[in-house]
Amino acid sequence: MELLPTIWFIAIAVLWTGYLFLEGFDLGVGMLMKLFARNDAERRVLLNTIGPVWDGNEVWLLTAGGATFAAFPLWYASLFSALYLPLLLVLVALIFRAVAFEYRGKVDSERWRNGWDWAIALGSFFAAFGVGAALALTTTGLPLDANGDRDGGPFAWFNGYAVLGGLAVVAFALVHALAFLALKSDGEVRHRARGTFVRWVPLAALPMLGWSVAVQFISGKPWTWALTAVALCAAAAAWWLASRGREGRPFMALALFIAASAASIFGAAYPVVLPSTLDPAFNLTVANASSSDYTLGLMSVVAAFGLPLVIAYQAWTYWVFRRRVSVDVIPAAHGFLPAIASKVLAGSDGSGAAGAGKTGR
Amino acid sequence: MDALEIARWQFGITTVYHFMMVPLTIGLGLVVAIIQTLWYRTGKPEYLRMTKFWGKLFLINFIMGVATGIVQEFQFGMAWSEYSRFVGDVFGAPLALEALLAFFVESTFLGLWIFGWKQLKRGVHLACLWIAVIGSLFSAYFIIVANSWMQHPVGVEMIDGRPVMTDAWAVFTNNTALVAVPHTLFGALGVAGAFLLGIAWYHLWRRRHDGIDTVGKDGRLIPGSAAIPGRDKADYTVWIRSLRIGAVVAMISFAGTALTGDLQGKLMFEQQPMKMAAAEAACHDGTGFSVLSVGNLGGKNCDDIVAVIEVPGILSYLAKGDFTTEVKGVNSLLSEYQEKYGTHLPDNALYGDRAGAEIQYVPVMEVTYWGFRMMIGFGGIAAFAALLALWVTRKGAVPQARWLMRLAVFGILAPFGANAAGWIFTEMGRQPFVVAPNPDPSGIDQVFMFTAAAVSPGVSAGEIMASLVVLSAIYAVLLVVEVRLLVKYVRGGVASAMPELAHATTDGAEKDKRDGGTPPSAGADDVLAFAY
Ligand code: HDD
Ligand code: HEM
Ligand code: HEM
Repeated sequence: MELLPTIWFIAIAVLWTGYLFLEGFDLGVGMLMKLFARNDAERRVLLNTIGPVWDGNEVWLLTAGGATFAAFPLWYASLFSALYLPLLLVLVALIFRAVAFEYRGKVDSERWRNGWDWAIALGSFFAAFGVGAALALTTTGLPLDANGDRDGGPFAWFNGYAVLGGLAVVAFALVHALAFLALKSDGEVRHRARGTFVRWVPLAALPMLGWSVAVQFISGKPWTWALTAVALCAAAAAWWLASRGREGRPFMALALFIAASAASIFGAAYPVVLPSTLDPAFNLTVANASSSDYTLGLMSVVAAFGLPLVIAYQAWTYWVFRRRVSVDVIPAAHGFLPAIASKVLAGSDGSGAAGAGKTGR
Repeated sequence: MDALEIARWQFGITTVYHFMMVPLTIGLGLVVAIIQTLWYRTGKPEYLRMTKFWGKLFLINFIMGVATGIVQEFQFGMAWSEYSRFVGDVFGAPLALEALLAFFVESTFLGLWIFGWKQLKRGVHLACLWIAVIGSLFSAYFIIVANSWMQHPVGVEMIDGRPVMTDAWAVFTNNTALVAVPHTLFGALGVAGAFLLGIAWYHLWRRRHDGIDTVGKDGRLIPGSAAIPGRDKADYTVWIRSLRIGAVVAMISFAGTALTGDLQGKLMFEQQPMKMAAAEAACHDGTGFSVLSVGNLGGKNCDDIVAVIEVPGILSYLAKGDFTTEVKGVNSLLSEYQEKYGTHLPDNALYGDRAGAEIQYVPVMEVTYWGFRMMIGFGGIAAFAALLALWVTRKGAVPQARWLMRLAVFGILAPFGANAAGWIFTEMGRQPFVVAPNPDPSGIDQVFMFTAAAVSPGVSAGEIMASLVVLSAIYAVLLVVEVRLLVKYVRGGVASAMPELAHATTDGAEKDKRDGGTPPSAGADDVLAFAY
């Protein structure tokens, strides 16, 4: 067994799990902006539950990508180039989503807000779907040639696994967001979120479990089969706890669900990081796709300090913003003011009025 | 165009665009942190207003840096997979560390700063901004370490045809990076300086124009106040301080870029002599610096170029620090490169249609020559303008001339131009290499990669064209959106960034805009000091 590459395989699995767990709910909240919130005040409640944290959550994706580049350059190169178009879609989705969060409230106009709400909802959907598809394909395989390049054109990656993985992450994100809202919001939103959660959790867990089972059939080991079973139990527990009115525990049960699912999937795939569907001899594995031990050693030292630190200060952020958000605490909408050259001054010098015409909205 | 050319356009466009946002983020972040520190220390209201106003513009810009940065990170794997495979062992590490040690810090602590105005103690809140700003400096450091390794590979050995890191210390203290980092940071300060200067000038002008401020007999400004939120006497202080801070920052920036740029130039003569010769359009060996060269800079034949104005000795000074050393021109370097690295690309499938083609060692000289001059020129103009601005406003008043105000506002673009020009020069001057060979005689000179071999072999030109079109279109639209938002918030003045200021003075005219109904309950501020 290759020790350092194996450690880094685990580290990357952990980074992806962290990403799915954390950005999971904020992608879900993004989709719920259109699926769940009923008016602007509710949309702003949703937005402000994730406001301080979504960018920090997104960096888990960047770190997972960066760590893959550093630790398994061949994996990074083959996966990202083979999935060129789906990843382009993810990029576009993430661009619009990020900008929308920041710009939505900057102009006080219904049309403006509505446009950005769609950007948030669709951006969140496509980002979740694309990441899910990409992860599913890295566990089930792509048509790669001996050099690790994709054979068969821009859409050669498209298959049922891609759809299954995409659905798995979208569905998980949606229910995870409902659990999060039950925990983080108050009033009407909170109660509706819990009710909706109970109704949808059984269905939403299915595609993720399906993906996990599919990978088990390809290369499962007893302990990864066991993890699939754990994931199933965790989903059931989330449902049961929520239906008994709990809010914190279903959220934690979903954390276990995503951790167990990811572990079962990555664990079953190990030691292959990206199978080739053309010829198993072209498979990228932990051994043949990794960086040198020197690089991995260096990264291990930094990550051993860095990752716990990140977890500590991100946890602190959640603690600082632990208060529930409800429509009652949402301040009035405000954009920029057209205030500056106002009529009050016209006449105080001859040119004031001319200026006023220009600065109005 | 083939996949390679499209991929290069895409990388150039997306990176130059990302680097419009980044220097403003770095420079303005630092300035806002300093201003908030002043507020923390003195408690003066004008510093709070400055923090809020410039902080608002900072955030409008920051988000675009984030959105476009993600593209950068993915692009290496998507469009440059062969490059990623080749350099991954060394190049991946700074990228991963940037995410782990810089992006996490930036994004998390900036979130705390934006939303934490009331939840955090004042000192802790200020510390969050400082931590985020320091995170952005680290991010600049790591990414430039990565870039510098492409300019000057160090700390590796070739094993099985790939560079493998053997000396991380050498990689992270690459002398190319150690001078490029401060140079870039000073360049970022220049952007922030001109930004403050131009916008503050506009507001000072506006106040005079609207008759709020008047000028006394001795030429000194007499601040006035109007019955509009945020347009009182303190408002004047906000703008005149911002203007002075901006001007000083712009001048520091130029001094800093000039000093560090000089060091970079000297390194470049050693590390990438062809780039510097091309920057000078210097075909023949010599000592003179061309102030103006004419002729066909883009032509293959170097002899078409005539230096119209040439200052003897300066080129030698740039290269070596004396006035007499002969500096090699393009012609003699060309034969050296051909001898060392071959005249034709290898006949290898990785090079696609270009396999076996002749290698163009001379970069596009119009770009290197004018890029270099535009960088220095735009930076110099901005610094000179800042000096003039300080002089003109020494009595606290900006002139009433509208065209001068326009000039100050459009001047904001100059340092952006300088930065873009500098990067385009650096990156295109490195061609035809994506990893330029390090001519150091220690044996490392075999670590290099031609750009022609770097692009993803499995990706079709159509796919890259699709992404080029999509990304450029989105970037263009978002640029319009961002600039319009910035303009609106600039025009709205401090009160736009401080609703509390507006609410305090407008008598109940502010209607409750929520469609949820109930008014905010008492103590609501404790939950959301800031809300999207
Ligand atoms: C406001 C921006 C700005 C200003 C005023 C200057 N520069 Fe610059 N320059 C940059 C912004 C910049 C940059 C965009 O940040 C670059 C691109 C790559 C880098 O490291 O910094 C750069 C690169 C760059 C390089 C290329 C390094 C390489 O290719 O490895 C040299 C030699 C100089 N600069 C030299 C100068 C000199 C002698 C200046 C004299 C005044 C100067 N720069 C002003
Ligand atoms: C610091 C991190 C950077 C890295 C790692 C980097 C890397 C690269 C790579 C891989 C390419 C494509 C290959 C090539 O055509 O040479 C490239 C090209 C380019 N980059 Fe950079 N770059 C960086 C920063 C920048 C910045 C900040 C700018 C501009 C503001 C810039 C401008 C360009 C341009 C214009 C090209 C196209 C050059 C050409 O194809 O001739 N780069 N860079
Ligand atoms: C081609 C190389 C580059 C890559 C891969 C890259 C990647 C990224 C990414 C992924 C982000 C978003 C981080 C977040 O979500 O918070 C980002 C933002 C940032 N980048 Fe870049 N970047 C590149 C070039 C540069 C250069 C040349 C600099 C500085 C000299 C720079 C400095 C920054 C800074 C300071 C930020 C944070 C501020 C902001 O988002 O505007 N980047 N970059």
